[in-house]
Amino acid sequence: MFRLAMDPVYLARIQFALTIAFHYIFPPLSVGLGLILVIMEGLYLRTREERYLRMTKFWAKIFGLIFAIGVATGIVMEFQFGTNWATYSRFVGDVFGSALAAEGIFAFFLESGFLAIVLFGWDRVSPRWHFFATVMVCLGAHFSAVWIVVANSWQQTPAGHQIVQDASGRMRAEVVDFWAVVFNPSTVDRLSHVFMGTWQAGATLVLSISAYYLLRKRHVEFARSSMKIALVVAVVASLGQLATGHSSAQTVAAHQPAKLAAFEGHYPARAPADMVLVGWVDEEQHRVRGVKLPGMLSWLIHFDRDAPVTGLEHFPERDRPPVQAVFQAYHLMVAIGMALIGLSLLGVFLWWRQKLFETRWLLWCFVGAVLGPQLANQVGWMAAEVGRQPWIVYGLLRTEDAVSRTVSGGEILASLIMFGLIYLLLGALFVFLLNSKIKHGPEPGPHDPPGPAKEAAA
Amino acid sequence: MSFSFDLPSLWFLIVGALFMGYAVLDGFDLGVGALHLLTKGDTERRLMINSIGPVWDGNEVWLVTAGGALFAAFPEVYATVFSGFYLAFMFFVFSLIFRAVAIEFRSKQPMAWWRSAWDVSFSAASIVGSLLVGVTLGNLARGIPLAADHEYTGTFLGLLNPYALLVGVTTLALFTMHGNIYVLLKTEGALQERARRWVRWTIGVFVCLYATTTLVTLFSHAHMVRPFERQPLFAVVPFLTLLAVANIPREVYHGREFRALVSSAAVMLGLLSLFGIGMYPDIVFSTSDPAHSLRVYNSASSPGTLTTMLIIAGIGMPLVLGYTIAIYRIFRGKVQLTENSY
Repeated sequence: MFRLAMDPVYLARIQFALTIAFHYIFPPLSVGLGLILVIMEGLYLRTREERYLRMTKFWAKIFGLIFAIGVATGIVMEFQFGTNWATYSRFVGDVFGSALAAEGIFAFFLESGFLAIVLFGWDRVSPRWHFFATVMVCLGAHFSAVWIVVANSWQQTPAGHQIVQDASGRMRAEVVDFWAVVFNPSTVDRLSHVFMGTWQAGATLVLSISAYYLLRKRHVEFARSSMKIALVVAVVASLGQLATGHSSAQTVAAHQPAKLAAFEGHYPARAPADMVLVGWVDEEQHRVRGVKLPGMLSWLIHFDRDAPVTGLEHFPERDRPPVQAVFQAYHLMVAIGMALIGLSLLGVFLWWRQKLFETRWLLWCFVGAVLGPQLANQVGWMAAEVGRQPWIVYGLLRTEDAVSRTVSGGEILASLIMFGLIYLLLGALFVFLLNSKIKHGPEPGPHDPPGPAKEAAA
Repeated sequence: MSFSFDLPSLWFLIVGALFMGYAVLDGFDLGVGALHLLTKGDTERRLMINSIGPVWDGNEVWLVTAGGALFAAFPEVYATVFSGFYLAFMFFVFSLIFRAVAIEFRSKQPMAWWRSAWDVSFSAASIVGSLLVGVTLGNLARGIPLAADHEYTGTFLGLLNPYALLVGVTTLALFTMHGNIYVLLKTEGALQERARRWVRWTIGVFVCLYATTTLVTLFSHAHMVRPFERQPLFAVVPFLTLLAVANIPREVYHGREFRALVSSAAVMLGLLSLFGIGMYPDIVFSTSDPAHSLRVYNSASSPGTLTTMLIIAGIGMPLVLGYTIAIYRIFRGKVQLTENSY
C-alpha cells in the first residue's frame, strides 16, 4: 500500500484525474450556457422585450462565475502536461502542442476578451455590439472544445503523424499531415458528442434554477421564459446525444476494439456480442452477469445480430484496459443519457398540453436534472480515458512510460494533497456563491411586485 | 537558404513576444494586487480590483498561449523546465488559482471577514506569482544542471539560489511599479493621491534593484554578456532600456500617466530583449555541461509543424491584437463602480 502511495505513475494519474474531473465541471457549463445566452439576447434584439434582457443579464452573471473557476482550474491542466507528463510532452509536443496553442490563440483570447464586454460593457456599447460580444464568447467557448477534443482524439486514434528519432536518440511523433491530425478518425464523432454533452449541461442548469423558482413561485414570468428556451435546447441536445453517441461507439469499435470490448464486458476473441443493460463484470470468469439483449451489440455495430465482435481475449493481458470501471462508467453514462431523453420529451409533451408549469413532480425532476449531464460527462470521459489504457497515445506510448522522470512520488503527493484541499474549498465556495446568486435572483422587472429579491439585495 | 528562413529562431522570437505580452499586460494587474493591501477602506479596494476587472483574465490568457506555443514549438524546453521546476510551478498555479477566485469572489458577499480574507489572498497570490516568474527567469539566465537526456538534475532548493531570488525580487518590484502607474492612470481623487505617494517608492526600489541585478549579471554571469561583445550593436537595447527607466519619473512628475505606463512597458520589453539576446541560441543553459544545453535547434518541433503554427499565429494574432486593443479602448478612462462591478 505504501509503495503504491508513493509510486509516481500512480500518483500522477490520480492527480490528473482529480484536476481534470474538477475542471470539467465548468467548461461544459460555459459552452452550453454560452449558447443559451446567444438565444436569449438574440430574442431580446428581435423582440425588444425587457424580460429577455433581464434573462441575459442574470444568466451572464452566472456564466461569469463559472468562467472564472474554469480559467483558474484550466491553467492547471495546461501546466500539468509539462510538470507531470514531461516524457509524454517530449513525445507528442509536435502534434499535441500545436492544438493547445491554437486553442489559446483562437479560443481563449476570444472568450475572455469579449466576456469583458458581456459582463461589464452593458453601458459602454450598443445592444448590437453587446450581442456580437455574446456571440463571440459563445464561439470562443465552442472553439476551445474543438481544439482540446482534436488533441485528445489524436491520442485515441492517432493519424497524420510519423514516428521519428530526434537528435538525442529519442522517439517522437511528428506531424506529416496537419488536416489528418485535426480530422483524425474519431474527432468529428467525439466533438459532436462533447458538444451535445455541454449543451445538456447548460440547458439543465437553466432548467433546474427555473424550475426551482416556479416551485417557489418567485420570478414566475422570468422562470417560464427561461425554461422554455432551456427545454428546447435540452430536447435537441438529448436526441443529438443519442445519434452522436451511437456513431462514437461505432468509431470506437472500428479503431479501439479493446475499449469497446471493455464497454460491454465482451471477452470472447471473436463472437457475436450481447448488449448488457445492467450488469456486473466477473473479471475472473471472463463474463458478465446481468440483464442482456442477445446479439444487440453486434447488431448496433454491424446491423447483424450474428456478426462477430472482437473481444478482450483477442488482446494480450498487458494491452487490456481495466474492465469493471470502464463497463460501469459507460453503462451509467448511457442510462443517464436515456433518462435525459425521457425527461426532456416529457417536458415538451406537457408544454404542448399546457401543463408544464403546473406539474410539480416534473419540476422537481428538473431541479435535480442539473446533476445528470454533470455525472454523465464525468463518467463518459472516464470510460473514454480509462478505456484507452494502458495507452496514453493509443498503440504508440504507454501511460507508465509517459510521466516526468525528475519528479518524485513525494513531490506529487504534496501537490496532490494541496490540489485536494484547494479544490474542496473552491467547490464549496462555488456552490455557496451559486446558491446566493440563485436566492438573490434576477434584478426585479417593472411588473414584479417588490419581493424577497429586493430584501436579499439590500 | 537556412538563414533566410530559420524557423526555430523565428519561433524563439514569437514565443518571446508572447511572454513579453504576458509581462506587460498581466504585469500591471499583478502589480495592482501587490499594492492592494496598502489601500484604505472597502471602496478603494473595490476600485483597485475593478480597475483590472474587465481585463485581467484576458491578460492571463497571454500566459496560457505563451505556454501552449512553447509546448508546440519547443516541446523539449517545455518538458524540461516544467518538470524540473515542479514545486515552484505548482506554487505558481496555486497562486494563480487564489488570485482568480479572490477577484471573482471578494465582492460577492458583504461580510467584512469574507472581504478581508480575499483581499489578503489576492495580494499574497499576486506577490508570490510575481516572485516566481522572476525566480524562473533568474534560473534560466543563470543556467541549471541538465543531464545528457535534457532532464533537470538539480533540486527544488537549488532553484532558490541568491541570483534567482534577486531576479525574483526585481521582477516583483518592476510589476509593482508598473501596477502603481496603472493605478495612477485608472483612478482619481483620494486613491490617486495615495498611489502618487507610493510611486516614488516603487520607482526608487525598482531602480536600485535594476542596478544591482545589472551589475551582478555583468560580473558573475558572463555568458549572458558575450553576445553583446560579439555584436556591439546590441548595446542599443540596454541603452534604450535605461532611457525608458529614466523617462518614467519624468512622465509621472508631469502627470502624464499613460506615457509613464508606456515607458514602464518599454522597460519590460527592453529587459526581456536583453534576456533573449543573452540566451540565444540557448533556451535553457546547462551548467553541468554546456553540451547538454537546450538550444533552439535541438529542442524545436519539426519544420512542418513550425510552419503550420506560423500560419495559425499569422491568422490568429492580428485578430487577437485587433480586438484586444478595441476592448481596452472600450474600457478606457477612470474606473467607476456600477451595478455590474465586482
